[in-house]
Amino acid sequence: MARPALDAPAVPADERALRAKRRLRRRETRAALLFISPWIIGFFVFTAWPIIYSGYLSLTDYDVINDPNFVGLANYERLFEDDKVRLALQNTFFFTLIQVPLYVIVSLALALLLNKAGRSAGFFRTAFFLPKMTPPVAVGILLLLLFNGQSGMINQALGWFGVDGPAWTTDPTWVKPGLILMSLWSVGASVIILLAALRNVPQELYDSARVDGANWWQQTWRITVPMISGALFFIFIVNTIAGFQTFTEAYTAFFGSGNTTYSNDAALFYVIYLFQQAFEFLHMGYASALAWLLFVIIMIFTAIQMVVSRRFVYYEGEQR
Amino acid sequence: MTIEPIGVQDTEQPDHDAEHTPPAPVQPRKKRRVTPGKVVIGALLTITTVVFIYPFIWLLSASFKPRGEVFDNKLIPDTFILDNYINVWREAPMALWLWNTILVTVLAAVTVAASSAMVAWGFAYFRFRGRNLLFGVVLATMMLPGAVTMIPVFLIWNNLGMVDTLTPLWAQNLFGSAFYIFLLRQFFLGLPRDLFDAAKIDGANNWQIFRRIAVPLCKPALIITLIFEFQAAWTDLMRPLIYLRDSDNFTVPRGLKALLDQFGFGGEWHWEIVVTASVITTVPMIILFFLAQKHFVQGIATTGTKG
Repeated sequence: MARPALDAPAVPADERALRAKRRLRRRETRAALLFISPWIIGFFVFTAWPIIYSGYLSLTDYDVINDPNFVGLANYERLFEDDKVRLALQNTFFFTLIQVPLYVIVSLALALLLNKAGRSAGFFRTAFFLPKMTPPVAVGILLLLLFNGQSGMINQALGWFGVDGPAWTTDPTWVKPGLILMSLWSVGASVIILLAALRNVPQELYDSARVDGANWWQQTWRITVPMISGALFFIFIVNTIAGFQTFTEAYTAFFGSGNTTYSNDAALFYVIYLFQQAFEFLHMGYASALAWLLFVIIMIFTAIQMVVSRRFVYYEGEQR
Repeated sequence: MTIEPIGVQDTEQPDHDAEHTPPAPVQPRKKRRVTPGKVVIGALLTITTVVFIYPFIWLLSASFKPRGEVFDNKLIPDTFILDNYINVWREAPMALWLWNTILVTVLAAVTVAASSAMVAWGFAYFRFRGRNLLFGVVLATMMLPGAVTMIPVFLIWNNLGMVDTLTPLWAQNLFGSAFYIFLLRQFFLGLPRDLFDAAKIDGANNWQIFRRIAVPLCKPALIITLIFEFQAAWTDLMRPLIYLRDSDNFTVPRGLKALLDQFGFGGEWHWEIVVTASVITTVPMIILFFLAQKHFVQGIATTGTKG
């Protein structure tokens, strides 16, 4: 902040002030770093070092008991030859590409419905949210019980309409659809996010649209959806990242010790395979390579979504 | 559907007043009209609510049924028994599992709230060079899939000899968590800065400003952090799967998985035990939700709109 040469005699005073300011700033920086230090330490120990070490491990053979044995890119070569990797990727893509759009559509539908519920909205919101509170292990168990081929409630309900329900929990074709349907049960959080966004849409927009003769469908597509596109995109991205890492419900229902009769490769998702390699077979090196592949895939998808969103998402004020 | 005006809220107000004023002799002229649109919405809401609530009722009801009737899909048990609840406690160290879980969840929630608040304050209040860059790194770690760091982090705890203890399930929270740092910083930024400057002039040091003024003011955000983390720690299965070996150290979800493997698939086919244990695992979360419903809803709504 150099001042014009006009007040030349003031320079020494200015200098002193500047020095004091600098000292103050240094003190402020020190205080800030003190407050931030827990995160800095945690970042180095539990994020930065693990990333580097995982990169190193992916180039080795390591079973925890013996020292890592450097094998170069062998683990990565194996990734492309391993049939289970291909299967796990197929399963995971299938699940994510179908589940995420369904999830967004269902949450939007429920949020629109809830937005019209008037005074009883609180009650219905609670009903929609409770499944989200259920531990995923219990969700996995509910899946086995409700979707059971012979005596499950779902098939019984389908029976009322004359539909002969499939063996959701054993037939490889129906395992993933069952998991997807079950996952829709926990849309509650997304519904709340979208509802909050809906309530922020200015009423005038609808008023003027109605004056222009727009019907409900047009209002929804031309006003509501564009106005809440930020929240929709947020849900889309968060769920895509979660979808690629889906684990607990499927692992509970279809894998685990003593569960050889039920274990079902149709539910072998990528993180389940990674978990098995790392902690059941103790192939830490290979599992690290698997982790890196997943990381790259998620990054690519997130980047694509970011680019696409720039075209379609409207942020209020558009300050960015 | 017809053009249903969003006027639902508008008609609400007079109705609401009518309830609280003493009964007027004259009926309010504007009665709530039942339009076809409202009927459709009401019906849809009812159906979806039944679909969402039904699994809970099914589970609860099955937990009171004898072994042979678990799969009969009746809402009211033909034979109502409490034996399952007694048998679960006999078959599994349920009390121990519950205790372990409470320990982990409380420690996880308290430590993450304390550390994240400190870090968030560091980013919100102080001005220093590189702040935005550093905060960008915080946000970037949120995008990092847990799978990438999972193995080295396990090796750290393994080297410390802490595998098969509860420590790895919560101790990382001592160092803050990006999501909560983001949430709390957002909240701190919303507080008027004059307040802190005034305290500074009054001679408060940095710690006092944080502890005495900022923390009490951000109580709502701290509550959100606590309940979110409480839920996350309670429901987690992956970390207990990785770190816990001896069944005496299990958390409830890990124990539930073990019960499923033993009684569900393991040939024993005692699903009533699995069902009852599922109820025990779930009920605390339902209670938590009803205790803190407002905060849950608020917390989720903010993460979605500010994220």
